[in-house]
Amino acid sequence: MYTTGITPQKGVWWKPAHKSEKVWFTIAFAWCMVLFAMMPFWHLRGGQNPSGTRSRVDPAAYRTRVQEFVQQYQVATDNGIPVVAPPAGSDIYLQGQMWMWLPVLQLEEGSEYTLHLSSVDVNHGFNLYPFNINFQVVPGYDYALRVTPTEAGDFRVVCNEFCGVLHHTMVGRIIVRERGSSAVAALLGSDVDKGGDR
Amino acid sequence: MSTTTGAPASGAFRVCPTTGLKVHRDADALIKANAVVATVALLVGGLAAILVLLTRWQAVHLLDEVWFYRVLTIHGMNMLIFFILFFEMAVLYFASAVLLNSRVAAPRVGWVAFALMVLGAGMVEWTMFAGKADVLFTSYVPLRAHPLFYLGVILFAVGALVVVSIFFATLVVAKNERTYEGSVPLVTFGAITAAIIAVITLVHGAAIYIPTFLWSLDLMPMDAEVYRMVWWGLGHSSQQINVAAMVAIWYLLGALTVGAVVVNEKISRTAFVLYILFISMASAHHLLVDPGFGPAWKIVNTSYFMYMAVLASMLHGFTVPAGVELGMRLRGFTQGVFGWLRRAPWGDPGFSALVLSVVVFGFVGGITGVTFGTEQINIIAHNTLRIPGHFHATVVSGTAMAFMGITYYVIPLIFRKRVAFYGMARWQPYVFAVGMLIFSMAMTFAGTFGVPRRHWDITFTNAPFDVAYSPAVDLMIGVMAVGGLLAALGGGMYILVTVWSVFFGKPLGEDCTDAALAGSVPPGVYARPFLELPEEDVAVEVHGRLGTMPGTMVLVLVFLAAFVLYYFANWKLLSFVWRVG
Repeated sequence: MYTTGITPQKGVWWKPAHKSEKVWFTIAFAWCMVLFAMMPFWHLRGGQNPSGTRSRVDPAAYRTRVQEFVQQYQVATDNGIPVVAPPAGSDIYLQGQMWMWLPVLQLEEGSEYTLHLSSVDVNHGFNLYPFNINFQVVPGYDYALRVTPTEAGDFRVVCNEFCGVLHHTMVGRIIVRERGSSAVAALLGSDVDKGGDR
Repeated sequence: MSTTTGAPASGAFRVCPTTGLKVHRDADALIKANAVVATVALLVGGLAAILVLLTRWQAVHLLDEVWFYRVLTIHGMNMLIFFILFFEMAVLYFASAVLLNSRVAAPRVGWVAFALMVLGAGMVEWTMFAGKADVLFTSYVPLRAHPLFYLGVILFAVGALVVVSIFFATLVVAKNERTYEGSVPLVTFGAITAAIIAVITLVHGAAIYIPTFLWSLDLMPMDAEVYRMVWWGLGHSSQQINVAAMVAIWYLLGALTVGAVVVNEKISRTAFVLYILFISMASAHHLLVDPGFGPAWKIVNTSYFMYMAVLASMLHGFTVPAGVELGMRLRGFTQGVFGWLRRAPWGDPGFSALVLSVVVFGFVGGITGVTFGTEQINIIAHNTLRIPGHFHATVVSGTAMAFMGITYYVIPLIFRKRVAFYGMARWQPYVFAVGMLIFSMAMTFAGTFGVPRRHWDITFTNAPFDVAYSPAVDLMIGVMAVGGLLAALGGGMYILVTVWSVFFGKPLGEDCTDAALAGSVPPGVYARPFLELPEEDVAVEVHGRLGTMPGTMVLVLVFLAAFVLYYFANWKLLSFVWRVG
């Protein structure tokens, strides 16, 4: 005899399931295993994983490291923000702070870099426009991700974690030059020092 | 009352004040108080929602940046914490005292807990409106709010924890006083699930807000990443209380509106147990692109240990419609594969709310949630509009819709009033659900372009570098605004109907015949299909491979196809972005 969900159950309610329920359970369980297997599979075969190398870092120490990085590789200034052109394959740094990304990075298409992300004050969000790549930027933690810009272009870094009242003005820039072109040529072609009007 | 089966505790469904059954005054009063405050929070949160919507709609851009983030904080706290939890407190009293026909254990303590929750909520409201807590719903440290904000949340959580304890105590009282025979009904079992998850959630809440309160007084340091992890033990788990409560209400609405049966108690109860065991791991969904955790931790946790909680939801997604289908078939609606669905009571706001809640929760909320909660796919979803797109489909179109549906039964059964503007009430679920469906889908699509959530100005007028989204984004935001306003209209209809019914509504009266009640309460209230079940097992026709519940089987297979398509489309989308690892 069937009862509804508001009827107390007398006796043993642990009874064999309907055939339809067994069929759906089997399908659903198999699908869950597919969902689970896809994540390790993508670590082995896929090109996009959020693993990186993760470590703690003192915000003051991170700020110093970014300053050294800027001094070492600065090639220009854009909207008052230093532009750096680090060598292909090197460690590169991006600092989130209220309310700017420091510095502007100039990279080479097809080269792998180790991108360090951290904040010196509150949480920020790294969002690469127009590609929609997102990472959380947490004060006290250095998130070092190996990234390979797969095409040249002029990109933006939009902050997408609320970080205070001027959060919506926090936009940074990443320029990816074509493989083999020099840093200076790429700068001329990308309107640096003109306020970002493309 | 002619009952042919194991009687549902009859006191709950006393329609007339003159039936002479035991009146559970304490339960009634506590349910009413909590439901009324929940509605007030819904009103505040709903007005905030309209202001947020009209600001994000760049063509209007109503609020300035200070008030935008402030009102967004108010919207989140009122909707996700105060409305939902006050309503769930009412559900706990209902599922224990009313469904089990028992008295409430320690009703006075219940009132103290209620006062504590109201006080805590009041403190939080004051700090938010006074501009002392512009930290959004998540209040990620080191963003800093006034200490009373954190203290308010603590008091509120303590009050809620006390109500959960009263719920458990009431179960013991009902058992000892033999107010029911055998095992508790499935709906109560679901409420127990919600209550257990609530304990886990509220303990996380204490574990994060007490240190944060001390931190706000400069008494101890806080780590930003540890905060995120423990906070989401509260933030996500609280939404899992909603899921469990919502599924319990699905079974309840099925029973009340069409006399839906439980196809198999074992399957449905096991699915609830899977929630208890695994669902709290989902706080990892928010930490997938965080620097604090490694891949193994992320994979195990985000998948609820191999998707066991997703399995649970997929089981309920089958058993709820299957129970409706079988219940209808047993009552003679046996025509074809979908005859039962065609002849269902679509004009009953409880039934339409049930169907809309199941469909939008599953097809939009569930599929997007599992997909975005995949470790790598989260790279193209985290903190974009895809995330609020997802959770408006779960917690609003799913949970709030189910709560609205059950309200149309609570008004006559608990408040003993007719439903005011009943004609409007019949339309309300459709207006609300269609609005939310348009809203959440448009929001999710806009998020696919990388549009950030929680952002005052996506034209970036004052930013050092320009960002120009595709014109498709403008279109999607416009569609989102239309859907959102439609949903707000539906929400307004709900508040008007409920407030008017409760405070100015006509009592049910002495005459409890169908004719006297028709057109002023949902038909399930007087038809009471849950009381009329077949004495013997009726042979149900088998439709080939689709079995005895063919309509449901077709529906879940359509669901699975949509799921597979969306899931793999997102992997494809991910493969187009820069290599990163």
